Amino acid sequence: MNVTAPLIEVEKLEAWYGRRRILNGVDFAVNPGEIRVIMGGSGSGKSTLLRHLLGLHKPRSGTVRLLGVDIARASERQMLDVRRQIGVSFQGGALLTSLSVGDNVALPLREHTNLDEATIRIMSRLKLEVVNLGGFQDLMPAQLSGGMIKRTALARAIAMDPKLLFFDEPSAGLDPVVSAELDELILRLRDALRMTIVVVTHELESAFKIADTITVLDQGDILMTGTVDAVRHSDNERIQDLLNRRPREIQVDADAYLKRLTEEAA
Amino acid sequence: MPRALHDMNALIRPLESLGRATIGSLAGMGYAAVLLGESLYFSVAGWRIGQPLRPRAVAEQMRQIGVDALPIVVLLALTIGIMLGIQFIAALSAFGAQSQVVVAVAKSVTREFGALITAILVAGRSGSALAARIGSMSVSQEVDALATMGIEPVRYLAAPALLAMLVMLPALTIFADAVAIGGAALYSSPALNITPSAYVMQTLSLLEPGDVWQGIAKSAVFAVLITLIGVSTGFSVAGGAEGVGRATTRAVVLSICWIIVVDMIFSYFLNR
Ligand SMILES: Nc1ncnc2c1ncn2[C@@H]1O[C@H](COP(=O)(O)OP(=O)(O)OP(=O)(O)O)[C@@H](O)[C@H]1O
Ligand SMILES: [Mg+2]
Repeated sequence: MNVTAPLIEVEKLEAWYGRRRILNGVDFAVNPGEIRVIMGGSGSGKSTLLRHLLGLHKPRSGTVRLLGVDIARASERQMLDVRRQIGVSFQGGALLTSLSVGDNVALPLREHTNLDEATIRIMSRLKLEVVNLGGFQDLMPAQLSGGMIKRTALARAIAMDPKLLFFDEPSAGLDPVVSAELDELILRLRDALRMTIVVVTHELESAFKIADTITVLDQGDILMTGTVDAVRHSDNERIQDLLNRRPREIQVDADAYLKRLTEEAA
Repeated sequence: MPRALHDMNALIRPLESLGRATIGSLAGMGYAAVLLGESLYFSVAGWRIGQPLRPRAVAEQMRQIGVDALPIVVLLALTIGIMLGIQFIAALSAFGAQSQVVVAVAKSVTREFGALITAILVAGRSGSALAARIGSMSVSQEVDALATMGIEPVRYLAAPALLAMLVMLPALTIFADAVAIGGAALYSSPALNITPSAYVMQTLSLLEPGDVWQGIAKSAVFAVLITLIGVSTGFSVAGGAEGVGRATTRAVVLSICWIIVVDMIFSYFLNR
């Protein structure tokens, strides 16, 4: 693989839940060293796109290539190799509630390396220091605040020094100071560890602060992908609605409306 | 809607829901079969693809499923033993066949009750616990997190439980057999005018290996049933905390139904 090849390549990705199409043939590429923010209104398909990027869903059609590997065709072994090089911080943290903070962070190391216990302990404490949670390794996830959960999840995501980091809603539900700190942290990770980072968020402020490029998703279509400035000055109406928090104009289709009201449950 | 069509609908609806339920349960069985295959695969060959089964995880499950269940198994087995003693003495003395009590208790405990009672108990304790644990992990995306970390959820969560269950349920069953016969000995020996140790000696001389094996074979099948039902309902949980609760109940009820039905089928074929 040459150095400048995109780490993530998505072509004509379609995603369906049952009979509803959520993504309508999305094209998408992220280059090494980039911080890409995926933005879009609620229900636009951000989380769905992320789940496909992570290989948690198989695409109905289209391809997703991570680190050059087509994840729909990859063997178990290839998939494992890819997954060792990516880190994911889920929206709700998704910490294993039966393990302490330290054990959560150490889990990928225990599972994928042959390091001895002492080294693993030191490495996981180092990662906790990176996210400003030094000394908290013995707490259980139930004893953490929302911000601490997110930071622990981030520490676990970077435990294996991944090439590619996914971060779902870093600032949702956090106070402005903590969320600003998380933004700083993301920037530092990219600069210090040269990670490529994909962030899903609908916080405009944090998106503009951390993004190199922004992909705007709307009702399953990509409206545009561009630099922060390009997105800010886009003349696309939907993007401006999103940026200026304007309620969207909803056209009422009288027939469809009546049909919805009177339709019997299928 | 025209009248005729309406009548048709009234006919078709129940058929439709019956069909859907059938397809649902077939799909459930298919999923359970896949889980079984994957769990066995990871147990045997997981280390070759970087998904080794952790002895520590198996040991932990063995403790939860087996060791922690010991007190309650003892209590129930003892009670069942005494109960069988009471019933057989009452029933057989009516024919003046009191001497047959020992063999009746020995065979019914080893072939049936030991395995059945233990399995029902473990389904209630550990089948539900598996469904609840895996269910809440699915809901809070912990299962997804495991997958994205390159830790196969089936290998990490299901395979250790299956192995532990396959070892511990037969072990508990043998234990329950012994305790139940001990209970029967305590109750019946005075009525039969023999010492409890003579009762036990007599039991040992009357039992054939086949009797004990029958119970053990069943308990191995029950172990697979309990684990697969618990794990598959857990992985299929949708709909938050309420969904977890429903899955837990479902796992217990389904396991117990399957255990009893499979037990009957086994008894039929093994005793022909
Ligand atoms: N498991 C599911 N089953 C069926 N439909 C789903 C499921 N998950 C999401 N959807 C639907 O897919 C659409 C996109 O959802 P998605 O979660 O991707 O949105 P999102 O952009 O992440 O929104 P938000 O910002 O609110 O998190 C929504 O209309 C939602 O109803
Ligand atoms: Mg979302």
